[in-house]
Amino acid sequence: MSLGQILVTLAGLAAIAFIVWFFWMGKRPGVKAGLSSSGYQEAMILVKGGYTPDVIVVERGKPVRLNFVRAESASCSEMVLFPDFNKSAKLPEGETVPVEFMPDRTGEFEFQCQMGMLRGKLIVE
Amino acid sequence: MEKDPVCGMEVEPQEAAATRRYQGRTYYFCSEEDASKFDGAPDRYATAIPSATTGIADGVTGPVRITLAVSGLDRSGGPALAGALRASPGVHGASVNVRGGVVAIDYDPWQSTTADLVEVIRAAGFGTGEQTTRLQVSGLYCAECVGRIEDALRAVPGVVGATMNAATNEVKVQYVPSSADLERLTRAVESAGPYKAQRAPEASEKEMDKEAQANEREYRSLMRKWWFAAAVGVPTMLLSYPWLFPGLRDLFPRGSQNLLFIWYAMGAASLGVLAYSGSQFFVGMWGGLKRRSANMHTLIAMGTGVAWLYSTVALLVPQLFPSEEFTDVYYDVTVVVTALVVLGLAMEIKAKGRTSEAIKKLIGLQAKVARVIRDGREVDIPVEEVLVNDVVIVRPGEKVPVDGLVLEGQSAVDESMITGESLPVSKKVGDEVIGATINKTGAFKFRATKVGKDTALANIIRLVQDAQGSKVPIQRIVDRVSAYFTPTVMILAILGFVIWYDLGPEPALTYALIVAVTTLIIACPCALGMATPMSLTTGIGLGAQNGILIRSGDALQAAERLNAVILDKTGTITHGKPTLTDVALAPGQDEAEVLRLAASVERSSEHPLALAIVEAAQARGLKLHQPGTFDAIPGHGVSAVVDGRRMLIGNLKLMNGEGIALADLEERSKALADDGKTPMYIAIDGRAAGILAVADTIKDDSRAAIAAMTKMGLEVVMITGDNERTARAIARQVGIARVMAEVLPQDKALNVQKLQLEGKKVAMVGDGINDAPALAQADIGLAIGTGTDVAIEASDITLIKGSLMGVVTAIQISRATMRNVYQNLVGAFIYNTAGLPIALGILYPFLGILLSPLLAALAMSFSSVTVISNANRLKRFKPATAA
Repeated sequence: MSLGQILVTLAGLAAIAFIVWFFWMGKRPGVKAGLSSSGYQEAMILVKGGYTPDVIVVERGKPVRLNFVRAESASCSEMVLFPDFNKSAKLPEGETVPVEFMPDRTGEFEFQCQMGMLRGKLIVE
Repeated sequence: MEKDPVCGMEVEPQEAAATRRYQGRTYYFCSEEDASKFDGAPDRYATAIPSATTGIADGVTGPVRITLAVSGLDRSGGPALAGALRASPGVHGASVNVRGGVVAIDYDPWQSTTADLVEVIRAAGFGTGEQTTRLQVSGLYCAECVGRIEDALRAVPGVVGATMNAATNEVKVQYVPSSADLERLTRAVESAGPYKAQRAPEASEKEMDKEAQANEREYRSLMRKWWFAAAVGVPTMLLSYPWLFPGLRDLFPRGSQNLLFIWYAMGAASLGVLAYSGSQFFVGMWGGLKRRSANMHTLIAMGTGVAWLYSTVALLVPQLFPSEEFTDVYYDVTVVVTALVVLGLAMEIKAKGRTSEAIKKLIGLQAKVARVIRDGREVDIPVEEVLVNDVVIVRPGEKVPVDGLVLEGQSAVDESMITGESLPVSKKVGDEVIGATINKTGAFKFRATKVGKDTALANIIRLVQDAQGSKVPIQRIVDRVSAYFTPTVMILAILGFVIWYDLGPEPALTYALIVAVTTLIIACPCALGMATPMSLTTGIGLGAQNGILIRSGDALQAAERLNAVILDKTGTITHGKPTLTDVALAPGQDEAEVLRLAASVERSSEHPLALAIVEAAQARGLKLHQPGTFDAIPGHGVSAVVDGRRMLIGNLKLMNGEGIALADLEERSKALADDGKTPMYIAIDGRAAGILAVADTIKDDSRAAIAAMTKMGLEVVMITGDNERTARAIARQVGIARVMAEVLPQDKALNVQKLQLEGKKVAMVGDGINDAPALAQADIGLAIGTGTDVAIEASDITLIKGSLMGVVTAIQISRATMRNVYQNLVGAFIYNTAGLPIALGILYPFLGILLSPLLAALAMSFSSVTVISNANRLKRFKPATAA
C-alpha cells in the first residue's frame, strides 16, 4: 500500500466516524414550550430548510399550540404532519399557521414534512 | 370609576380629560382625542357600554329572554329540561318547544350567564346547537385588549365562550346561533374599543388559489433554473468531450491552450449553474446540517459540489496531482446533474398538484352566493354571511348554498357531488338539503340549519384534509429507515471512494471520484418518502369523490385486511323506517277504500306504524278525511268513526274482544308475521275488512351489496335486536347466512368482540348513533350517514350515501390504495437497493460496467416521478358495481 492509499483510507474512515457522530450520536437539546395566557403551551417554529427549534418539550395533559411560519418556497415543506396525533396543516409561505392538539400520553413523537425530509420531535413529559 | 366609551379604559370622573353629555348621560374620556372620536359617532360608542363588572349593558333590569336551540329533544324530555332550567339560579321561566327544537328562557342576566344555561341543558342530557366562528379583529393596541374583547363577546346573550389568540388577532367565539348572530358579535367587539372585526376567512377557495399560485410560482422558478442549467449544459456536454466530435476535435486537441480556456469558461459557467439552479440544494443542505440532519439536498449538493471542486482544483493547481491523467474536469457532471434533478423537482410539483385535485374539486363545489329573505325582501348575499335559520330560496339550476330543511316547494336535487348517488333525489317539505348540491327541477325555500364550517361539505373537506395528512402504519417503519438512509449513503460513498482508490484500476483517483459522486446522486430518499403519502392522498380523495370518508391511513390499511363484516339490520340493511308492504282483503272489499279509511283514522295517531299507513295512502293520492271520534285502546289498537263508518284497527285481541269473525284472515296474518312483518286487522262497521302489513323494508341494493361482499371473500354477519324469526326472514331475503339475533344495543360491542376472538378482522357497519361502542370495538367502524351528518365520531369510515354498496366501494378503494402503496414501496426499495451497489461499481469486476453520474441523475429524477405517477394511476379506479 502506498502512502497515498494509507492516507486516503485513514481520511475516509475518519470521515465516516465523523458522519456517524455528527448525524446519529449528537444529542440535541429541546426547547420547552411556554405557557401562554390562553392556557396553551405555545411555541413558534420556523420552517426553513428544517424546523427551528426541532425538538420541543411539552407537558402532558395541557393543550399545545405550535405556530409554524414557513419562510421558504421549496414545495416539500408545504405540509407539516403529526402522524401520532392525526394532525396536519398546510403551511402557506409567510403565514403563521397554528397546529393545536392535546398531548394525552407521554413519549417522543415525530413531526415532519410530507415526504419526511424535514423532521422534528415533540417530547411529551 | 367610569369607563371611557372609546378606548374602554377606566377613568376617575374628576380626572377625566374631557366629558360629554349625550342622551341624558355623562360620558368621561381619558383623552381629548377620544372625546372627538365620540363626537364623530356618538351612537356607535354610547350604545350599551357594558358594565365593568357584569358585562351587561346598563339600563337592562329584570329578566332577559333568550331562545336556545336544543338537540336530542323528544316529548318525554321536554318537561324534564324545563324543570331543570327553572331550578337553576336566576331563571324565571322556561318553555320548551319540542317540535321546533328550541327552549325559551327568561333569566336574570345578573345572576346567570348564557354559558351557565347551556351547562344546565347539557347536564340534563341534551345538546345545544352551538356554533363556532372566528373573527379577525384589527386595531388591538394594548395587552388588555384581549381580555376586553373576550369579555365583551361573553356578555352577548347566546355566546358560550370566547377565546382570543393575540398572535393571529383572531378570536374564536362559541355561540348559540338562534340568539346571537355575526352582526351582534362584531358589534360587541367594536363597542369594546376602537376595534374592527370581521369574520376570519375559512379554508376557502381563495386560500386554495393562493396555494395553487405558490405551487405555480415554485414550478416556474424551477423551470427557469432548468432552462438556465440546460442552456449551459448542452455546450458543456459537447465541449467536455471534444475528441468525440469531428469539428471540435481539431479546434480543442488535448492539452492545448484552447481547451484550457474552454475549461476555464466552463468552470465559471458551472459555478453559475450551482449558484443559481442548484441554490436550493446548498441552502437545504446547510439548513439540515445546522440541526444535524441530512436529506436529499445534502446528497445532491455534495455530489455536484465535489465534482466541481475536484475539477477546479485540477484546473488551477494541476501540480497537486501525481500525473496528467488526473487533471480532467467534470463540469459536465455538475451542470447536467443539477439540470436533471431540478427538472425532476418541477415535474414532481406538477404531478403532486394532480394528486390533491380531489380536495380542490371539493372546495370548488362551494356555492358563492345565496338568495336569502331578510326583512321580507329577497337579497343576494355571499354564502359566508348566511346565518342559521335564514330562509334561503333556490331556483332550478342553482346550487343549494348551505345545509337546511325544505320549508316550501319541491324539487329534484342532484347530490352526486356529495354522496356519489347518480340519480337526482326528490325533495319535499321537511326533507334535508345539502349545501353544494344542484337543484334540478323546481324552486324551493329552505331554512338554513348548518352554515360556514359546520356544513356537510366543510366537514367533508376538513375530514379529507386531516386524513390526507395522516399516515399508513407501514409508513412509520419506512420513516424509521429513512432517518438513517441519507447518512448511510454518504458513508457508502466514502467507502466506495476508498476502496476504488486503494484497489481499483488506474487512474484510481478518477474512478474513485466518479463512484463516490454517482453513489451520492443515485440514492433517492424521496422515492421512499413519497411512496405512501402520494397514494394515500389520492386514495382518500378518491373515496371522498365516491361519498366515502376515510378518516385516516390506519383505517385504510385495516380496511384492506378485513375478513368479516357485521351489518346492523335496522337502518343499514333496511331503511330503518316502517312502510306498508301488504294489503290482504276480506272478500268483497275495495283496497283503495280500506286504505283510505284506515289512513284517515291513523292520521290522528302518532305511532310510527300508523305513519307508514298514512304515507302509503298519500302516495296513492287518496283523499283523507278527519275522523269524527277517535279512541286509542292501549295494547289493542284504535277505534274511530270516519265518514259515518265505524272503524277498528288493531291486533287479534281487539278483534276477539269486539267479537269480529276473522275467517281466513287469521291464517294470512300468521304468514305475514312469519315474513317478519307487522300485520294489523281492519274492521269496518263490525265486519272484518282486511289486513294491512307494515314492515321495515330492505334497501334496494342491500342484496347486491351483500353478494358483492361475499364474492370479495368476506364473511357477512347480521346483527339485530329483533327476534330470531324476523331476523332469519330478513337474512334469507338478502342472502346472509349468519345471524346474531336478539342482541341488546349495549351488547353489540360484545358480539363484535366474539367474532374478533375467532381470529377475524371485523368491520362493523351501523348508523353510528346507538351502535357507537360496537363501531369503536370493531377493527373498522363504518357509519352509514344520512345526509349532512358526516362527522360521526366513532367511525373510521363514514358513508355519506345510505347504501351498503358504499361498504363494498370503501373496501375496494382501500385494497386498491394499499396495493398502490406496496407497489410504490417495493419499487422505491428495489430502486435504491439495486441502484446503490451498481453505482458503487459492483458490476465492474464482472462486466466492466460503471455507471455514469449523468445516468444516475436521470434515474434519480425518474424514480420519484414514477412514484407519483403510479399514485396518480389510482385515480382511474372506478367503483365496481355488484355483479
